[in-house]
Amino acid sequence: MGRFILRRTGVMLLTALCLTFIVFFMTNLHPNLEKLAKTEGNMRMTDEQVESWLVNRGYTQNVFVKYGQWLGVMPSPRFEVGDEVYTRCSRPGVPLEETGRYCGVLQGNFGFSTVFKGEVSGIIAKRLSLTGWLMLFVLIVMVPMALVIGILAGMREGSRTDRSLSTFAIATTATPEYVSGVIFVVLFASSRTGLSPILHEWGWIEKKTMFKGLASTAANDITFANFTLPVMALALYGVGYIARMTRASMAEVMTAQYIRTARLKGVSFRNIVLKHALRNALIAPFTVIMLQIPWLLTGVVIVETLFNYKGFGWTLVQAAGNNDIELLLGVSVVAVLVVLVTQLISDIGYVFLNPRIRVS
Amino acid sequence: MEPLTSLQIVGYVFMQFIPVWVGMLVIFALSIMTKNKTGLYGKLFDSPIGMVGFALVLFWVLTAIFADFIMTHAALETASGMKNKLPGTPLRGAAEGDFQWYLFGGDNLARDVFSRMVAGSRIVLIIAPAATLFAFMVGITLGLPAGYFGGRADTILSFLANLVLAFPVILLFYLLVTPEIRAAGAEIRIWGGNTWVTSIPNILAAILFLFPILFLLILFQSRFFTRPMLRNILIAGTLLVGAWMYSGLAFNADPLGLLGMDPNLLNIFVSVVFVNSPTVFRIVRGLALDIQTRDYVAAAQTRGEGPWYIMLWEILPNARGPLIVDFCLRIGYTTILLGTLGFFGLGLSPESPDWGSTINEGRKLLTLYPHPALIPALALMSMVLGLNLLADGLREQSLKD
Repeated sequence: MGRFILRRTGVMLLTALCLTFIVFFMTNLHPNLEKLAKTEGNMRMTDEQVESWLVNRGYTQNVFVKYGQWLGVMPSPRFEVGDEVYTRCSRPGVPLEETGRYCGVLQGNFGFSTVFKGEVSGIIAKRLSLTGWLMLFVLIVMVPMALVIGILAGMREGSRTDRSLSTFAIATTATPEYVSGVIFVVLFASSRTGLSPILHEWGWIEKKTMFKGLASTAANDITFANFTLPVMALALYGVGYIARMTRASMAEVMTAQYIRTARLKGVSFRNIVLKHALRNALIAPFTVIMLQIPWLLTGVVIVETLFNYKGFGWTLVQAAGNNDIELLLGVSVVAVLVVLVTQLISDIGYVFLNPRIRVS
Repeated sequence: MEPLTSLQIVGYVFMQFIPVWVGMLVIFALSIMTKNKTGLYGKLFDSPIGMVGFALVLFWVLTAIFADFIMTHAALETASGMKNKLPGTPLRGAAEGDFQWYLFGGDNLARDVFSRMVAGSRIVLIIAPAATLFAFMVGITLGLPAGYFGGRADTILSFLANLVLAFPVILLFYLLVTPEIRAAGAEIRIWGGNTWVTSIPNILAAILFLFPILFLLILFQSRFFTRPMLRNILIAGTLLVGAWMYSGLAFNADPLGLLGMDPNLLNIFVSVVFVNSPTVFRIVRGLALDIQTRDYVAAAQTRGEGPWYIMLWEILPNARGPLIVDFCLRIGYTTILLGTLGFFGLGLSPESPDWGSTINEGRKLLTLYPHPALIPALALMSMVLGLNLLADGLREQSLKD
């Protein structure tokens, strides 16, 4: 088990290195740097001025060297621009003597965001905590709902309950966040269409709309009105997949020998499901739920854009849209790490939960 | 003129779709009559879920085919005074021969939402299945040997596949689909006075588009090498057609000037293929690992068949069930991906009528004027739902075998 974890961690680190290098390479393509020079320097710079701006700040070094500096395994060279000295470590208002020689990710220095004018690490930490709340509520809604649907459908395979629940699960997987989000807003958050005007007329709700179509206020204060729709839009798309996996797993367990034995012994159906089948049936969904977390990431970006919730996904869009290279790199590192760590946990957890698998 | 009532809108929409209804009736009648002879396809008509799914998919396929007859206005045509008008509003200043109403209302640039939805179906139904097909070609050509031979090649290919899969899709799109990346690279002169930029999407296209040709070449060579005449004809045909399509699609330099791909579209297409192929690779690899332990593979090996013959003519046909099911699901997933690209404005041009871009345009005034975003959203949902139900029906029926 120890060696297995060690090897998996090794592969994970190698993958992380490769992926961050790819992101680094693609964000540091020459047209991106030209754009950066023009936004940071002067929009009307000539081509020669752009070139010299880039050379003066070390952007034209070999991409591997730059990656090494960004990672923090190579010292960041100092560049003299006019009478001021510039390094990766320099920050507005900090004397040069106080900055170190190595200024990379490994030293905790993710760089300086050109759009938000702040340390990338600080911005990401703040945004990530906002997204954390969103994820937490999504998981609280999604996982129990999916498990209940899957277990109810899988315990009597082929029954009418199974058919209708399975069709519901299929329908949710056909509804990406940007579709369900739009439908939810039209149904519940518009003062002109959907249910809100009707309910308002009947006097059932005081405000013009049942829920808010924007979640920007949820950054400071999460309420039922402003957080329900984004959470539901995200949860709905994920529910179907987990539910189908749970159903398949449950249906397989229900045909096992020991369930038949229990049934012949006269154990009630309720006890068979709750005490005998459930534990074994939940092994597969565990993996799926863990692997669902990186998949939620795309959804988070969509939902945060649609509902204007200024979290991690929103930051990704801002960074990419405004050519904020350092911020985009930082966001990518976090995103890639989330994916890899959840994969690792799901692998280890699967082995841990399933006594039938022995790793040598 | 009075605006149409809801019932009238439904009636007129129904009338516009008449070619589709006729087509669906004919295809359903023919399919049900011959369902005992058409194998898995015929069995689909035994499962209600499969039939609903097939009907939804067929509806959109026929809509895309007959789009020119169904559209009431041009997709980019604007009309004065029709901005954000509700469904069923009569068209102001309509000429004698024009269609007199905006059936599903007007969008924020006074274009007809109904016609744009129909025009969008054509774009989606060309790109999504084509991209899925390419992803399958890549996945199959690499996945079969990886599963069959194993060894170091398998380790490397699997590592690469996992690398792509570990990328959050949306991040990959933001890195891969940008105007900057299309411009990054050296311009080289190629045949026919055309130029080609060595940008990442272009290089990816040049690599990925080789796989279908490679696949067909190996397919024919491994089976017909004992019959040189037939083999030569097939291979020459594949090379000729392949080289022509390859030069047109990957290099936008078709010597005949027939085929071509807008760089923007190529960028999207390549990214979607790139995102999908590792998953197909993993599925095919798993199937190959599973099937190669069967007796008929051992029999073929004893007969002295070559490895590629066994892979393509023994393993692949026996893996068709799961692959067909996944193909349907994957078209749906690709449609969602294309919608995502459009939603972030990364897709085709902003005025393109594809569903993702229209949702993106419409969502800005969503609470005031819901119809411009709601209509394409429902269209996209119904099509993906159809594909998912179809896949489910196929799975159910193929398991019964």
